[in-house]
Amino acid sequence: MQPTPLTSDFHEPPQPVAGGGLLDRRLFLRQSLTLGTMAFIGQEVAASEFDRPAWMLKPGRPLSNYGQPSPHEKEAIRWISSNPALPGNGISWTPLHQLAGTVTPSGLHFERHHNGVPEIEPDQHRLLIHGLVNNPIFLDMDKLARYPMLSRFCFIECGGNSNAGWREEPTQASAGNLHGLVSCSEWTGVPLSTVLQEAGIQPTARWLIAEGADAAAMNISIPMDKAWDDAILALYQNGERIRPENGYPLRLLLPGWEGVTNVKWLRRLEAADQPAMARNETAKYTELQPDGKSRQFTFIMEAKSIITHPSPGHRLQGPGLYQISGLAWSGRGKVKKVEVSADGGKTWAEAELQEPVLSKSFTRFRIPWHWNGGKTVLKSRASDETGYMQPEREKLILERGRNGYFHYNAQVAWCLDTEGHLSHVY
Amino acid sequence: MSTKAACFFVLVCATAPLSAFAAADGPRLGKPATPEEIAAWNLTVFPDGKGLPPGHGSSIEGKAVYEHHCAACHGSNGLGGSAEELAGAKHSLTDAHPDKTIGTYWPTATTLFDFVRRSMPPAAPGSLSNDQTYAVCAYLLTLNAIIAESAEMNALALPQVKMPNREGFIRMDVAK
Repeated sequence: MQPTPLTSDFHEPPQPVAGGGLLDRRLFLRQSLTLGTMAFIGQEVAASEFDRPAWMLKPGRPLSNYGQPSPHEKEAIRWISSNPALPGNGISWTPLHQLAGTVTPSGLHFERHHNGVPEIEPDQHRLLIHGLVNNPIFLDMDKLARYPMLSRFCFIECGGNSNAGWREEPTQASAGNLHGLVSCSEWTGVPLSTVLQEAGIQPTARWLIAEGADAAAMNISIPMDKAWDDAILALYQNGERIRPENGYPLRLLLPGWEGVTNVKWLRRLEAADQPAMARNETAKYTELQPDGKSRQFTFIMEAKSIITHPSPGHRLQGPGLYQISGLAWSGRGKVKKVEVSADGGKTWAEAELQEPVLSKSFTRFRIPWHWNGGKTVLKSRASDETGYMQPEREKLILERGRNGYFHYNAQVAWCLDTEGHLSHVY
Repeated sequence: MSTKAACFFVLVCATAPLSAFAAADGPRLGKPATPEEIAAWNLTVFPDGKGLPPGHGSSIEGKAVYEHHCAACHGSNGLGGSAEELAGAKHSLTDAHPDKTIGTYWPTATTLFDFVRRSMPPAAPGSLSNDQTYAVCAYLLTLNAIIAESAEMNALALPQVKMPNREGFIRMDVAK
């Protein structure tokens, strides 16, 4: 569906709050009653003239065991990019530009696998906790499911998300295919601390080496502080058992931390006094800086935001009133503020944040905007509750160079042309 | 406890931060793991050599292993292919287009054993013997001119290898 201007019956044209036609973020809230009334009147048609569509003239489809999206929504899919020589090594992107709200449907959660999705028999899957512990234990999934659980929303973002931004020229792709290695779900599981307590972690244990039951036996070292803080042994995603490609039957969830630390198909946790210096925390998922040194153990995903609507691939159908909408998140906590610019960053206005604003979760922002039909550049920038603000691209490149590959979180700009097309610009 | 006090207590508990769940106790259903079971499951190799199994391998043996199991993706002499380059760096880490090979980038030699044993080759992970794994480690270190061609790798030698980029990493989100 392409965006068309919203109708409104403003008695006077609303006054912009920033350049490029940005309007007060509360405008839609104030006008909702008026707009709602108009919509009702618009649909009122005399009964005699009612022309029933075909689907009202015969019984509908029977019930189904598991619902699927409408066949008309074929574009809302994950785009896949993988190694042709090893198809299970690659990524698939969440189509952020096709979605609304803050929850990512489980089937559209991004993927990053190092050697495919294992077909795990849940009855045979066990978690081993050992190393510097007093009581090394195995837990099978049925037993683990008897432990006290909790639920929380949180995003997972791949450390390599948005890395096209390091390139010299802006890559032309949809918002999802540039920034969709991030997704947000409600996760349910057992606090890791409960199980660590049972295993009796020894005081000398500073790290926890987590390992998956995939063909890569993917492993990563996690500081013990995080394990005690808010880590979860997740069994459920968005209310159902975790999908195979998201870690079935057990995923380690580390809210706000780099995707690779959220180990899928978790099978082993080893308490240790040192990190393993595994391949995926040394050769990969580290960021080479201009001075030749590399940032390592950059776990926290810093604040980021992108405008998902409108974004490249969408086309605006003429001047008028629109709603700019997007997503913001921070691995340090809650998003405090998202500002939007409709004049390439010269002026900014604060967007409305959809409640509830949750820590380390997607936050949806929206702001009304009157497009005058001219060429302009749309941008957003997020600030989190620590005071950190998503940086300008120039500033990030100046600090980190262009060979870091991971942890790109600079502001994103979309250029809108007079035909209503959008493109990625720096 | 008065009703008022009980209400307050419930309220405080309900609004406690997530980290407070450290105090939660579980039903303690874990089945004790025996040393034999742990040994069979454990794949981690640490930089100090902890976790390395018995066995040994030379660079010459490793070349044969590499050419049979690795070269199709990583290229002959580790120069890269459908998988990343492992050796033969021409550009340093401060170059505009750096070559991040084992020789220029990897900080610890034990990482080689840990990774090859757990993940490689992708079509048949776990299929190399410990001797073959030590041998391919030796070959890759030789290709990167870090050890002599005659050197043999084993549980004692591998952790002693001084990697050129050993000091090249800054730990960010780790409590000091």
